[in-house]
Amino acid sequence: MSELLVPFGYDYMVKAMWVSGLVGATCAFLSAYLMLKGWSLMGDALAHAIVPGVAGAYLLHIPFAAGAFFAGFLAALGMWFVRQTSKLREDAVIGIVFTTFFAAGLLMVSIYPTAVNIQSIVLGNILGISDGDALQVVIIAAISLAILGLKWKDLMVVFFDESHARTVGLNPTALKLLFFTLLSACTVAALQTVGACLVIAMVVTPGATAYLLTDRFGRLLVLSVAIGATTSIVGAYLSFFLDGATGGIIVTLQTLLFLAAFVFAPKHGLLASRRSAKLESAA
Amino acid sequence: MSLPSISARDLTVAYPNGHVALRDVSFELASGTICGLVGVNGSGKSTLFKTIMGFVRPTRGEVRISGLSVREALKSNCVAYVPQSEEVDWNFPILVEDVVMMGRYGHMGLLRIASQEDRRKVDAALERVGMTAYRKRQIGELSGGQKKRVFLARALAQESQIILLDEPFTGVDVKTEAAIVDLLRALRERGHLMLVSTHNLGSVPEFCDQVVLINRTLLAAGPTREAFTQRNLEKAFGGVLRHFKLEGPALHDDDDSRAVTVLTDDERPLVFYGDTRASPQKETAPAVKPQKDEAGT
Ligand SMILES: Nc1ncnc2c1ncn2[C@@H]1O[C@H](COP(=O)(O)OP(=O)(O)OP(=O)(O)O)[C@@H](O)[C@H]1O
Ligand SMILES: [Mg+2]
Repeated sequence: MSELLVPFGYDYMVKAMWVSGLVGATCAFLSAYLMLKGWSLMGDALAHAIVPGVAGAYLLHIPFAAGAFFAGFLAALGMWFVRQTSKLREDAVIGIVFTTFFAAGLLMVSIYPTAVNIQSIVLGNILGISDGDALQVVIIAAISLAILGLKWKDLMVVFFDESHARTVGLNPTALKLLFFTLLSACTVAALQTVGACLVIAMVVTPGATAYLLTDRFGRLLVLSVAIGATTSIVGAYLSFFLDGATGGIIVTLQTLLFLAAFVFAPKHGLLASRRSAKLESAA
Repeated sequence: MSLPSISARDLTVAYPNGHVALRDVSFELASGTICGLVGVNGSGKSTLFKTIMGFVRPTRGEVRISGLSVREALKSNCVAYVPQSEEVDWNFPILVEDVVMMGRYGHMGLLRIASQEDRRKVDAALERVGMTAYRKRQIGELSGGQKKRVFLARALAQESQIILLDEPFTGVDVKTEAAIVDLLRALRERGHLMLVSTHNLGSVPEFCDQVVLINRTLLAAGPTREAFTQRNLEKAFGGVLRHFKLEGPALHDDDDSRAVTVLTDDERPLVFYGDTRASPQKETAPAVKPQKDEAGT
C-alpha cells in the first residue's frame, strides 16, 4: 500500500502530476471545439510549426517559449486565413501551412546550427521540468481555462452558427482569434510537458471520446476536461513506476478510454447500435 | 425602441471573384410587413440576406436597419435569421432546447446564464411551433420540417423585430407550411417585419403583403397586389417558369375568352378542372397531369 504512495513523497512527481493535469484539462477543453470543425489535426500542425520560432528565438536570444508561441500563433492565423479566403478544405490547409513552417524551421536550423537540440524541445519532459517552466505552463493553462470557462457558450454559438452569433451581437472574428491564441499558447505549454507527437492526442482524443458519450455540448466539455485531467494526472503518477515516457502513458490511457466509449457508449457505441439493429429486426 | 424597418439604397454587391450579384437595388420595408423575396436560382436572394446580415459588404450603397447601420443593428439584437438547412451542421452535439436557448443569448449577461424568464420564453417558443415533445432530441435526429421549426422557434425566442427567413418552405409539407404562415401572420400583427425568400409562388399572395422581385437587380418592389403581376413574374423568371395556360376550347364550349393561368417555379401544380380527374389534355396544356409522387411532397 505504502509503495503506491511513494510518488507523492517526491516534489518533482507532485509537480509533474498537477502540471500535467492542468495541461491535460486545457488541451481537452480545446479538443472539444477543434473536433467539431474538422480542425482536429491542428494541434499536431502547430506542434511542428513552432520549430522556426524556437530556432529564431535562439538566434535572437529570447525565451524559446515566446518564439514558439509566436510561430504557432502565426501558423494558426495562416491556416484560418487560408481557410476563410480559399475553398480549400481544412486538411489541405493544415497540411500546407504546417509543412511550410516546419520546412522553414529545418532550413533555419541547417543554415544557423543551434546549440539547442530541437529534438529535446519537441519531445518535452515533464519529470525534468524546471520550476520556472512549470510556473509558465501553469500560468498559461490557468489563464486559458479561466477564459474558456467564461466564454465557452459564446464560442459554442460561433462554432455552431456564425450568422446567428452575429445577430445576438457577438463578434465571431474576435472570438475565433481568441480561440486560436489560446490554442497556440496551450500547444506550446503542452509541448514542454508531453512533447510534440503527443500534443496531437491531447487535443483530439478527449473531445472525440466525450462526443461518443453525450449529445449536449456543455456535458461534452465537462466529460472531455475530466478525461483529459484524469488521464494526465494518472499518467504522470504511473510514469514513476514505469520509468519515464509520461506522454506515452497519458495517451495510452486516453486511447483505452476512447476504445471503451467506442464499444460501450450508451447511444453512439458499437454495442448500442448492434442492440438497436437487433431490436429493429425483431420488431 | 424605434419601429423596425429595412432600407436598401443603391445596393451593389460584388463577390471577390468579380461576379456582381446585385446591382442598384433599392427598396424600403416598414413595420408590420411580410415581404416575399422572389427570384430564380442565382438571382441574388441569399446574397441580399448576407448583405443585410453584414456577411458581405456592398461595393456601393448601403443597408440601414431600423435607422441603424448593419453593425449597430446586429449589436442591438434587432435581426433574427432562420438559415437554409444546408448551412447547419446537423451533427453538432446540441439538443433542440439548447438551440432555441441560443436565441436568448442577446438578452443575457456576459456569462450567458439563463434566467427564469429566458427558460419561459424558450418553453413558449417550442410550444408555439409544436416542438415541445422533441426538446431533448439532438438536432440531427429530426425530420426536415421539424428542423425548420426549431430554427423558427429560436427566432421567436430571440424576439427580434426583424426576421429574415431563407427559403423556409423548401421540403416542408402543406400542414407545416400553413403553421409557419400562421405564425408569420401573428408576428406581423405584433408589428414585426419579415423578409421571406421563397420559390413557392402560389403562396406568396396568400401571406405576403409586400414583394421584392429580383434578378441580379431589382425588377419590382411594392405591395403584392401591384408588384406581383403576371408581367413582373415573367420578367423575373423568363422562360424558366412553368407556364400553363388553360383557355377557350380546352376548358369549355361557350365563347368565354378568359383564361386560367398557372405559374409555378419549382413544384409542379396539380390542376383539376371539372370533375376530379385531370383537366382535359389538349395541346394548350400539355404538361398538366396529376402526378401523385410530386403532389405528395
Ligand atoms: N461566395 C460566392 N462567390 C462568388 N459568387 C457567388 C458566391 N455566392 C454566390 N455567388 C453568385 O452570386 C449569384 C447570386 O447567388 P445567391 O446565392 O444570392 O442566389 P439565390 O438567389 O439565393 O439562389 P437560390 O434560389 O439558388 O438560393 C449567383 O450567380 C452565384 O453564382
Ligand atoms: Mg439562396
